[in-house]
Formats: sequence, C-alpha cells, structure tokens
Amino acid sequence: MPATRRKFLAIGSAAASGLIIGFRFDGPLALAQAAKKPQPNPNPFDAWVHVKPDGQISLIVAKSEMGQGIRTGLAMILAEEADVDFNSVVVEQADTRPDIYSHLSTGGSSSTRESYTPLRHAGATVRTLMIQAAAAKWKVPSSECEVRKGVVMHQKSSRQASYGELVEAASKLPLPDPKTLSLKAPAKFELIGHDTPRVDAPAKSNGGAQFGVDVRVPEMLFAVVARCPTFGGSPSSFDAAKAKAIPGVRDVFEIPALGLDMFTAGGVVVIADSTWAAIKGRDALQITWDNGPHASESTEGLRAALQAAVHKPGKRVRNDGDVDVALKSAAKQAEAVYEFPFLAHATMEPMNITAHMRGNECEIWAPTQAPDWVQRTAAGVLNLPAKNVIVHTTLMGGGFGRRAMADYPAEVAQIAKVVGKPVQLVWTREDDMTHDFYRPMACHRMMGAVDASGHPTAWSHTLASTAINVLFDPKGPPEEQEVGGAREMPYAIPNVRLEYNPVATGVPRAWWRSVENSFNGFAVECFIDELAALAKQDPVQFRKKLLTKPPHWKPRSEDDPDPARLLGVLMLAAEKSGWSRPLPKGKGRGIAAFSSFASYFAEVVEVTMTNEKECKIDRVVAAVDCGQPVNPESVRSQTEGAIIFGLSAAMKNEITIKNGAVEQTNFDGFEPLRINEAPPIEVYIVPSHQAPSGMGEPGLPPIAPALANAIFAASGQRLRRLPLQLKFT
Amino acid sequence: MAAFHLLINNRPHDLEIEPDTPLLWILRDSLKLTGTKYGCGLGLCGACTVHLDGEAVRSCQTPVSSVGEKKIVTIEGLSANNDHPVQLAWVAEQVPQCGYCQSGQIMQAVALLAQTPNPTDEQIDSAMGGNLCRCGVYQRIRRAIHRAAKGA
Repeated sequence: MPATRRKFLAIGSAAASGLIIGFRFDGPLALAQAAKKPQPNPNPFDAWVHVKPDGQISLIVAKSEMGQGIRTGLAMILAEEADVDFNSVVVEQADTRPDIYSHLSTGGSSSTRESYTPLRHAGATVRTLMIQAAAAKWKVPSSECEVRKGVVMHQKSSRQASYGELVEAASKLPLPDPKTLSLKAPAKFELIGHDTPRVDAPAKSNGGAQFGVDVRVPEMLFAVVARCPTFGGSPSSFDAAKAKAIPGVRDVFEIPALGLDMFTAGGVVVIADSTWAAIKGRDALQITWDNGPHASESTEGLRAALQAAVHKPGKRVRNDGDVDVALKSAAKQAEAVYEFPFLAHATMEPMNITAHMRGNECEIWAPTQAPDWVQRTAAGVLNLPAKNVIVHTTLMGGGFGRRAMADYPAEVAQIAKVVGKPVQLVWTREDDMTHDFYRPMACHRMMGAVDASGHPTAWSHTLASTAINVLFDPKGPPEEQEVGGAREMPYAIPNVRLEYNPVATGVPRAWWRSVENSFNGFAVECFIDELAALAKQDPVQFRKKLLTKPPHWKPRSEDDPDPARLLGVLMLAAEKSGWSRPLPKGKGRGIAAFSSFASYFAEVVEVTMTNEKECKIDRVVAAVDCGQPVNPESVRSQTEGAIIFGLSAAMKNEITIKNGAVEQTNFDGFEPLRINEAPPIEVYIVPSHQAPSGMGEPGLPPIAPALANAIFAASGQRLRRLPLQLKFT
Repeated sequence: MAAFHLLINNRPHDLEIEPDTPLLWILRDSLKLTGTKYGCGLGLCGACTVHLDGEAVRSCQTPVSSVGEKKIVTIEGLSANNDHPVQLAWVAEQVPQCGYCQSGQIMQAVALLAQTPNPTDEQIDSAMGGNLCRCGVYQRIRRAIHRAAKGA
C-alpha cells in the first residue's frame, strides 16, 4: 500500500476503509495510490475522495463555506462524474494537517474555477475503477458494463453491483492513467447545469448550523479586547479595578500590537465567564490611550490627497498610442472625477475565533477563509512548529474577504497563551466596524475624446488609492491590487493610458468583495457612458461598436476579457430589460457591462426620479456568462447577493475617518440595504460549456455604474461620488 | 445575582444570573441555544429575534429581568422536526446563503404570519425591515413568506 494512503488511513479518518484517492487542484492530476515514490513534504494533495463501504463518498477539502454554496457545488461536480446520486456525496472540511492535505484558501471567486476539472477527473477515476472491479468480478469486458447512480450493470447477464459492494475490490486495482479517463459529454450532464438544492439550507433554517461564534468547548471562557479607536494607537495606561469587580470577569491583561501580515491593534483583554460579562468588564475599563502617529487623519484630508494625486502623472500601467496628442486634436472632450470611500465588510457574524492552548499544542476553531494562514500565524505567535497547531474551519456568517485576514487569529493566540483554557475571542459589532480592513479609498480622473463622427479616440485614466499592497508588501508594486479591470478596459479605443499613484494612510485596507473591480468597474462603465452622451449615441449601441473582436484576437494577459463574451451579456441584458422600449419622462435605464474573475456580467437598472433629489429603483436585470454554470440556482443567488451588496455601497455606505478613527460604529452608521430598499432582480444565464469562472464577486462591479447611468438617463445628473449623493426612496 | 425561572421552548430553566443580562447571552452562553445570533447588540439587525408570548422581540435588548412569566420560543423550539411551514418555505425558496441572519428572519416571519396570514409585499417589507441580511437574499425572503402564507 502506498505510503500516502497509509498516512491518510492512520491520521485522516478513524474508520477509513474503502477507496481513497488523493489529488491536486493545480497542475496534473496525481493519484495517491499511483504515487509509488515518497511524496514531497509538506503538501502531498489538496483533496481526498473517500468511497466508503456503504457507497457514501466524502470529498475532504479545505474550502470554506461562507454562503457561496461551495459544498453543494463541489459535491455536484464529483457526483456527476462518479455517476452517483447527489445525496451520496458529502463535502467534509479538511483540518490543517500539512502531512495529509495541502491547504487551500477560499477567495478570489476561485473555488469552482480551480476544482472543476480535477474534480471531474477524480469522479471519473472512481467510476472507471468501479467498472473495472465489476468487470473483473463477472469476467466480462469493461466495455459491456454501464453505470447508473452508483450501480454498475451488465445488461447481457442481468447482473449489477453497487459501488459499496465493489469498493473493496476497486481499492486494490491500479489507478487508471488520467489521460485515458473519459469525461461525460456536457449534453449528458444530469447535475452540472441543473438546479440543485443547497445541502446546508435545512440546517440554516433551524438554528442548527454551527458558525464560529457558536463553538462551545467545555470550560470555555470568553474574551473581548479594548482596542485603541485610533489606528496605530495603544494604551498608555489602564485601570482594571472596576472591570474586575464585574461579576463573571476573571482576568484583565494587555496584549501588544503585532506587525506585518497580522496587523492587530493590541489592547486590553477582558476574560470572563460569558460574553456579556466580558463586554461589561470592558465597558468598565479606564484606559488612557496614546493615539499614535495617525491621529490627525481624516476623510477630508485623504480626499484632498487623492484629488491632488490624480492631477499628477503616475506610474504608467497601460499606454496605447498617444493619448495627449489624441486629446488635443479631438472634436469633443470630456473629463470626470470619480470618488470612492472606504467600505467595511460588515459580515453579519462579527469576527470571532476560539482557541485552546494545551502545553505545546494549540487547537483552534476558526471561521476563516485562510486556515493555513491562521495556523501559520498562531504558530508564529505561540512560537510553536506549525504542525502543533490544528485549525478546524467552521461555517462563516459571511466572509467577503474579511475572513481572509490573520488579525483575529493572532489575537486569540496571544490570549490563549495567557489563559491556558479554551477561550472564545468575540468581536462586538463596534469592534468589527471600527477595526476592519477596509476597501481602499480611491479617486479616478478620467479624460476622453470623440471625433466628429462620435467615435472615441482617447481614454486617459489616472487612479489614486490607499493601496492594499503598500500594507502587505511595502516594497512591492503599489498598483498591484488597485488597477485590475481598469488596465483591461475592453473598448476598442486607439489611444489609452492608465496611470497610478498611491496615497499613504494609517487605515488598514484589504480585499472587499470584488476588490479593485468595485471601483474600476464604476470608473470604466460610467465614463464610457459619459463618452456615449458626448457622442450623442445610445449607450448600448455605443458600447457594441467598441466591443470588436478581430479574427486573430488574443488576450494581452489572462485577465483580458473576451470582447465577444462581454458583448454577449451586454446584448442579453439589453434585450431582457426591454432597452429599446422608451420610458416616460422621469424614468430612466442605465447599463453597465464588466468582466472580473473571468466571468462576464451586464446589468440594467431602471429608476424613477420622484423629484430632482429623490430616486427609486424599480427593477434590476442581470445577464451573466460564467462559463458552464455548475448550479444555476447558486449562480442566480450569488448574482442577487452581489447586486444587493453593491447597491448598499452605491446608495448608502461609507466609512469616514476623523482623528484617525472610524466614525461609524454599528449598523446605524453603516447600514446595509434593508428589505424595503431591495429592488426586484431578474437574472439571465448565458448557456455555456466553457470552463466555469468566478461567481462570488463579479456580479458586484456593474451594479453601481448601471445605477448612476440610470440616474443620468432619468434626470441628466452625473453623480460621481460614492455613495451616490441622492435620496433613495 | 438573582434567581430567574424561564420557560424556553416549553422547557423550564432555573438560573442565577445578573438581572441586566440580555436574554440573548443567556440563550447562547448559559444554555448553549446558539441558533439565536448576536449581530449588533443594539436592536438594529434582528439576528437575535425570538418570540415572547408569540411576539417577535430582539433578545439583545431584552434584559432577563423583563421577561417575567412570558413564554420564550427560539428557532430551536419552532418545530419538532424542522417542518414549520416557514422553515419549509425557506428551504423550498433556497433562501439562506451564509445563513447567519436566518434564525432571526424566520422568527420575524413567523410572527408576521401569525398577525397577517396573507401579507402583501409592502406588509412584508414593513414587518421584515428590521432584519438585516448582508448576503442580500431579500427577494427570496419575500417569496418564501408568500409561499408559507399559501401553505405551499
């Protein structure tokens, strides 16, 4: 038996028998039992498929479920190719065991994209082995056997055997050469491309789903931390006497701020028997803060710095033709400045994490998108080898990028080391709102020109933002996580320039649903609309003319969108929205089409201006091309969710800074859209068998520009600052 | 500390606890009924919604001393087999994404339907306006409430 399989049997699963196949998501498929050579350490496999003697199949993989439905989608792909009933496949959360799993993070709308083909190969391997086992048992050619829902059949002799009956024999067969595997033709798909109910819907409708904050370990204590409201500040002194007098409070101590990659604020920890006692204890602390070096920062100051930065030349990221010459010689020119605030993730479940330090080992229960980073971080703080830290990933009450961070894991490690008992660190909503890693603040200056016939000749985009990469990789290129989607501006304009300038801040920032596409989608799709108006042309027809795909078109990079697919969703959204039907005065439609995470979205918003300063959204129509949809129900659901998330930002949300601290502390100051503000959304999916692409994020970028463009169509007003400065009714 | 006798999901519980403790933390920390969620602590999000004598209340804003004799029902006590019509409708319409707010949404919807058995969209929006969902599943919530109202 190969070493890797023995290893899995020994530590991966207590009662592991049956067929066990390990494989990797990137690179060529590798199968555990075929690997005769010792595996490089760490990192043998990303995922394991375990077919059990009762015919049930587990897929054990470190993909976090944060609402996107990934456990359902991955199970569908495996069940499809293994040719078993969907309900016989369960996705199990892999723990952080570097000796048996390679760890995976969940983000970048990548889970389906990276796992689709490897999972199909793994499923086809199971099916092939079962057929071979049955054929050997019955002494018939494999080609005479068929599979139907986990049962191998030989029609000629009327014999059949279930996977459960065959698994012992199948596990002893050599694994088939991956190159000889036959994958199902898409036309024969029974699961992929068909609406499939989420596996987690029942538990999420009866209170049974266990999120991070629901972890209850015997003898567990609760911790809250008083952090300096000002970024970069720390306690200069504190008096814990009153806090310690609160019934249930056990201990009060200070933890220092931690630096690169962790970015914790440090502060004063209160340990108590209950969350409530810990919160009350914290309220009773008397702390004098040293506000640190960023105490003078303000939203006004950052706005001014960003506006100044877009009027200076920046680092050239794209430069086609000669923009300056084209601008000067053009028949008509336009200029626009767009402004974007910091945004909080505001997941419904605030940050939390539970840890138990026992001697030189630490067990952690983490609602995290990055279990390996949690493990590495905690091991670093605790000065332990990574293998002594095990992380169990729980369900998450929303992620949106926030739970890819290592700050709350670093804090709980600091705390667990002192406490010595199981301890749950709970962030209150106020902690969550005021110590997030925010979507960067940004400013865009656009200049463009059209010729006498209305064809655009120049596009100049200068972007300034409080760059994410400056925080995480201070020596790296600041534009790295700021320019995506702007650099790939898809319209065929001969002279195009993109320049970037970073602006410094003490405000932490990181990945927020769709990252920089959230503002670059707005800048590109609003400004192309402004150029259409300058050219006095219909916004759909104007875009259509510019989405040309020459016969030998090649993408400049892997992020470069295919103009034909973008045009496809543009025209589908236009058709489904009734774009060509005129609307009465006071109403308007706006459109935006944008590609991110390899998917293509176009969205149409229809609005009514109830008066010059008040607007009502009547309807949203979305068209999506995400390649082969795995679960169309999930595609619709993610699209609806991304649109509401994007509308919250477009209509209402901003994080503002005063004296170096966040001014909004709860949902009264930063209020996501409520049900009475949520418009009806229609989603249309382009039928496709191309490789599946991202779904969690790419529905978001087009919604804000579609709304702004609709407001222009209805009222003639160009709103260029987010959130849009208008009352929504 | 004071003694309290609470009837939760038809089961009696005797507790010694600080009288200002919100019902939310008694449910979650003392009794391990974690289906009721903490979202904001200020009654702004509705994630902590439970029933007191059938009325939807925010348990984060309900000190235990104010409960008195009222019967408490949480998401765990809504049905014996997870087959309350609202729960079934939630699954049928595939409402949950992350699912964190859904206990509160369901408890609020059940209270709405008890008062208004066949609500309009406007009545739904009005009754559910205090329950935030960051995943944005609002149109599915509307559909699920209509479905439950029809008994489908």
